[in-house]
Amino acid sequence: MPSLIDLMLEGRQVQQHSPWPRATVDASVWAFAVGELAQGRWSLLGLWGEPSMVHMAIMDGHTAEIATISVDCPDHSYPSVGKHHPPALRLERTINDMFGLSAEGLPDTRPWLEHNRWGVRFPLGDRIIAPSKASPYVFLPVEGDSLHQIAVGPVHAGIIEPGHFRFTASGETVVRLEQRLGYTHKGIEGLMTGASLERAVQLAGRVSGDSTVAYAFAFSRAAEAALQLIVPDRAVWLRALLAELERLANHLGDIGAICNDASFALMHALCSVLRESILRASNTVFGHRLMRDIIVPGGVTRDLNDEGKDIIQATLDNIRLRFPALVELYDNTASLQDRTVDTGVLKPALAKQYAAGGYIGRASGRSFDARSTLGYPPYDALRFDVPVLNEGDVNARVWIRVREVEQSLLLIDQILDRLPEGPLGTHAGHRREAREGMATVEGFRGDVLVWLRLRDGRVERCHMRDPSWFQWPLLEAAIEGNIVADFPLCNKSFNCSYSGQDL
Amino acid sequence: MRKLLFESLFRRPFTEQAPPSNDVAVTELAAAVGRAARRRLGRSLSIREVDAGSCNGCELEIHALNNAYYDVERFGLRFVASPRHADVIMVTGPVTKNMREALERTYDAVPNPKWVVAVGDCARDGGCFAGSYAVVGGVSQVVPVDLHIPGCPPSPVAILQGLLALLDRTAKSATST
Repeated sequence: MPSLIDLMLEGRQVQQHSPWPRATVDASVWAFAVGELAQGRWSLLGLWGEPSMVHMAIMDGHTAEIATISVDCPDHSYPSVGKHHPPALRLERTINDMFGLSAEGLPDTRPWLEHNRWGVRFPLGDRIIAPSKASPYVFLPVEGDSLHQIAVGPVHAGIIEPGHFRFTASGETVVRLEQRLGYTHKGIEGLMTGASLERAVQLAGRVSGDSTVAYAFAFSRAAEAALQLIVPDRAVWLRALLAELERLANHLGDIGAICNDASFALMHALCSVLRESILRASNTVFGHRLMRDIIVPGGVTRDLNDEGKDIIQATLDNIRLRFPALVELYDNTASLQDRTVDTGVLKPALAKQYAAGGYIGRASGRSFDARSTLGYPPYDALRFDVPVLNEGDVNARVWIRVREVEQSLLLIDQILDRLPEGPLGTHAGHRREAREGMATVEGFRGDVLVWLRLRDGRVERCHMRDPSWFQWPLLEAAIEGNIVADFPLCNKSFNCSYSGQDL
Repeated sequence: MRKLLFESLFRRPFTEQAPPSNDVAVTELAAAVGRAARRRLGRSLSIREVDAGSCNGCELEIHALNNAYYDVERFGLRFVASPRHADVIMVTGPVTKNMREALERTYDAVPNPKWVVAVGDCARDGGCFAGSYAVVGGVSQVVPVDLHIPGCPPSPVAILQGLLALLDRTAKSATST
């Protein structure tokens, strides 16, 4: 069986692409890679377009090798990946929406992000003016006795992002859920094109508000890979501190919110207090509650002084004091467990097929965590465990979060303890020629992938793949056979990003 | 659970355990919001939140208004599920072209009198997303806006301050008519 390296040798390798190789390949090599994906030997990390080219990032699950292969599309078409490997379906529909490149043999050719509202078609490719007109979306046909449909959204009954869910139910039981997303599509990749690094990292930090640190981190790492920048140690460690604080805040919020969707408000109230304590500490120490715009290409913009260390330490101490009682409460409340155990089960085989990241993958037996699997700095020098469970239900996704809260507390301890001295950044100089970089960073929700090409200090093309791309479709699978009333619970336990996937 | 509940009975409320500077601001605001809301709308003001394309950052901070530190419900400010029950719609995000119709229809579903609060820098003029093929722009391009609350995202205290400003304005217009 050829390795990813062999695959690279088959193609024309791009010189200025780091840290992992990229090669332009012909249709036969592309088809071979698709076959390996379909067989489950490799995982799909990303699939994105350019005006006349399509790129696919692949990981070999055993060796954690990563490579990107590209095909030219002179006829505006390329061999479909989704035909054989369903995780690529929505990505291929999006490539068509954005660039007008069609996947030959794609079984589902409905638009995905495009709602016929933009006034243009193929906004990132050969643009065509197309007047905005409302056209109904064709949902998948459902046939059967006494089935009824429930349409929800895009405006939901809570303070959450917009999206449409179409349930088909038989009595109380959901027989199919179909999602329709794209409502928050802001055209971020279009805005990225031609942007300076300063503006681009600002945009990256606004792809998904809850993951603003992870996105700025991933974007900066990709830009630094492209420009071959060495980031000073102190900045590298401070980035991890920010990332772990973000993970802590989000996990604590989620644990409470999941219980709240089972009408257990006490957990929600107490977890919200802990979450708020982190946001307040972040605001005091770094000047922003969500720690936005602190990670930039080359380093970080804010330092941490001794007082800041003490504030963070005190916040962690308080969480250590309060959190175990909440975990015990969760574990010992039978009425709550009754809602979460065996609800919304995601089978490990599906998590593997979709290369689902974050707590969704790890609650269903997939141990991938970019921090440990890829070991980017400073995580290669830190000690932590990656919790993995196999049950795949709401309960397992809660427990993964609980364990990750504990791990993040330990990580922050190590970071504060061993934070190196030194400068906060290095100047991100310009390079005239085109250079490409790629990075994967573990956000709280899963692995955020950023690929970019810089030329003369500007972004020529940047693609950002939210972990939700490979998680949303799994929610459709996990809800099947559950009752409609358990959907909020399942949905919250997934907590996929709308804005991150709509981009 | 009993132990936790029992503790809560005797522990001072979190609203008073905030850092001093914030605590003063929150308490002052709390009193002011309470007075103004009562004058204009009796004892309550119902808010329907609409994300018209935000990055979700503003939603996180609006959520925080409900936590024990800010606890907006003590002033009768509450978030409702249906626009039919709302007095105020609170809109975040640059309005995307894909959300425009949904925002218009939500606005139309709110009974009069109604107010629109645009939350965040994007909601003012599209923020850093202005100029995109997929973005209409600020909220005021789609529905009439009574108040903008700036910030990226605005902190919960800033949002509470904004609501206060709105209440003052509606109270004034009520006495002048």
